[in-house]
Amino acid sequence: MAIIETYNLTKYYGKIRGIEQLNLTVNEGDFFGFIGPNGAGKSTTIRTLLGLVSPTSGSATIFGKDIKNTTGILTDIGYISSEISFYSGMRAGEIIALSAKLRNKDCSKEAKTLCERLQLDPSRKVEELSLGNRKKVGIVCAMQHRPRLYIFDEPTSGLDPLIQKEFFDLLFERQKEGATIFLSSHVLSEIQRFCNRAAIIRQGRIVACGTVNELSKTHAKRVTLYKATHIPEIDGIFDVQTAHDSVSFLYKGDIKDLIAALQNLTFTDISITEPNLEEIFMHFYTQGGDNQ
Amino acid sequence: MTLYLHELKHGRKALIIWGAVIAFMLFICMIMFPEMKKQMDSVSEMFANMGGFTAAFGMDKIDFGTAMGFYGIECGNILSIGGGFFAALIGISALSKEEKNKTAEFLLTHPVSRINIVFQKLLSIITQVILLNICITAISALSFALIGENLAVREFMLLHLAYLILQLELACICFGISAFISRGSIGIGIGIAALLYFLNIIGNISDKAEFVKYITPFKYAEAADIISTAKLDTTLILIGTTYSIVAVAVAFMKYTKKDIAN
Repeated sequence: MAIIETYNLTKYYGKIRGIEQLNLTVNEGDFFGFIGPNGAGKSTTIRTLLGLVSPTSGSATIFGKDIKNTTGILTDIGYISSEISFYSGMRAGEIIALSAKLRNKDCSKEAKTLCERLQLDPSRKVEELSLGNRKKVGIVCAMQHRPRLYIFDEPTSGLDPLIQKEFFDLLFERQKEGATIFLSSHVLSEIQRFCNRAAIIRQGRIVACGTVNELSKTHAKRVTLYKATHIPEIDGIFDVQTAHDSVSFLYKGDIKDLIAALQNLTFTDISITEPNLEEIFMHFYTQGGDNQ
Repeated sequence: MTLYLHELKHGRKALIIWGAVIAFMLFICMIMFPEMKKQMDSVSEMFANMGGFTAAFGMDKIDFGTAMGFYGIECGNILSIGGGFFAALIGISALSKEEKNKTAEFLLTHPVSRINIVFQKLLSIITQVILLNICITAISALSFALIGENLAVREFMLLHLAYLILQLELACICFGISAFISRGSIGIGIGIAALLYFLNIIGNISDKAEFVKYITPFKYAEAADIISTAKLDTTLILIGTTYSIVAVAVAFMKYTKKDIAN
């Protein structure tokens, strides 16, 4: 069952492009990664889905309900924004309680557990909190009511590695219970490690979408030659990187041609691997990879 | 009503400070009255013969030498400026502060409809204005008792009722504007209150500018008119109430469809 579906979703801020003709499907139980650099349209997509801004054209559904009426939908969503702010003068615990009250729920037990696991002191005033601790407050607010869908916009910025691990452990637990997670992130290793599906957004449009394995399996290979002085002179070589003891490049073409070309070169060792998601991401952004 | 209570709690410090300052100034003014009363004969005559200045503050209509006259002129200005500015400030910031302080995303991603949010915020503003006026009216009445002067109850209550309606109108107009803006709200609120206050003074000075009485709510809260006639100008109040209703309706229409700033 599709939890999020968008149909040619478009948002313009006056003449400025937010997102354009965005088609996306997130299925129930997905741990979905949403990747793109600043200004690509990640936050606009999320803000449109949550009803914070109205789409210019196109439509979208969450839980099968039109996002034009988000009030009913928001009951089952937990959200963290990338730049998190709370009401000044309040304590972390008061913010968490306010969030529960706005949902008409008593989440005190769950909130206590989450605070303990994330090592958050609820008695501290929000003005005194670091970005990481404010994120923790946001995480507790987003998770304490155990929603069906979690929408997180760059949630790990500011969190130390131990808390990041705890955070992802929590998300995996919720996913096992049937929840769906939609995670926007700059950190590609995070997406590769935790997500089963992902989409890459570029200039407001989805340029690639699929399982993380599918996205990683381009026809290109990362070839590294150790103690080599030259690279093969054949077509299909790009993204050449030179280190002090090796030269590395992406190769897209017939592997037999590569092996034939390597016969004429001198090198001590060779490795041929799948490119990682970061390389694919860079490929999509710097090489016009959506056409390849 | 979670948001309503939250708004009241969040606004309580400002309400206490504004209430205390206005009440303190009224109280001090009234405490000073017995001392001033002794020299009032010459002062009253002087105030009554200052031409445009006399008309601007309505001193041609009431006797500055009586407690109610003194209260209407001196305290009336404190009340209309103080209460009016407070109402304008809470009205203008009610909706816009969420975007300005970047709390809009937190609030609007909870399952509370925008209509409900606007309603609860409006209710909290009305409550705060009423609480401010109850406090001020009580302190004012107490100050009359303390200096041993008779309170003209009808005029006094009508005057405070007019101030309440004036503040509610200012709050509602600013609330309507608040739905359109996302930052810089305080200057706009103070500017609107000050503009309407000075429009009334201009209207009092010049006959040609009499039409401003249909624009500024300070006209129907003119202490000199209320105390001298012991009645309110219901026509002007109805016009003001219409402005308030339109402003609130605009706030509902705008905010329910507004793109929230990042």
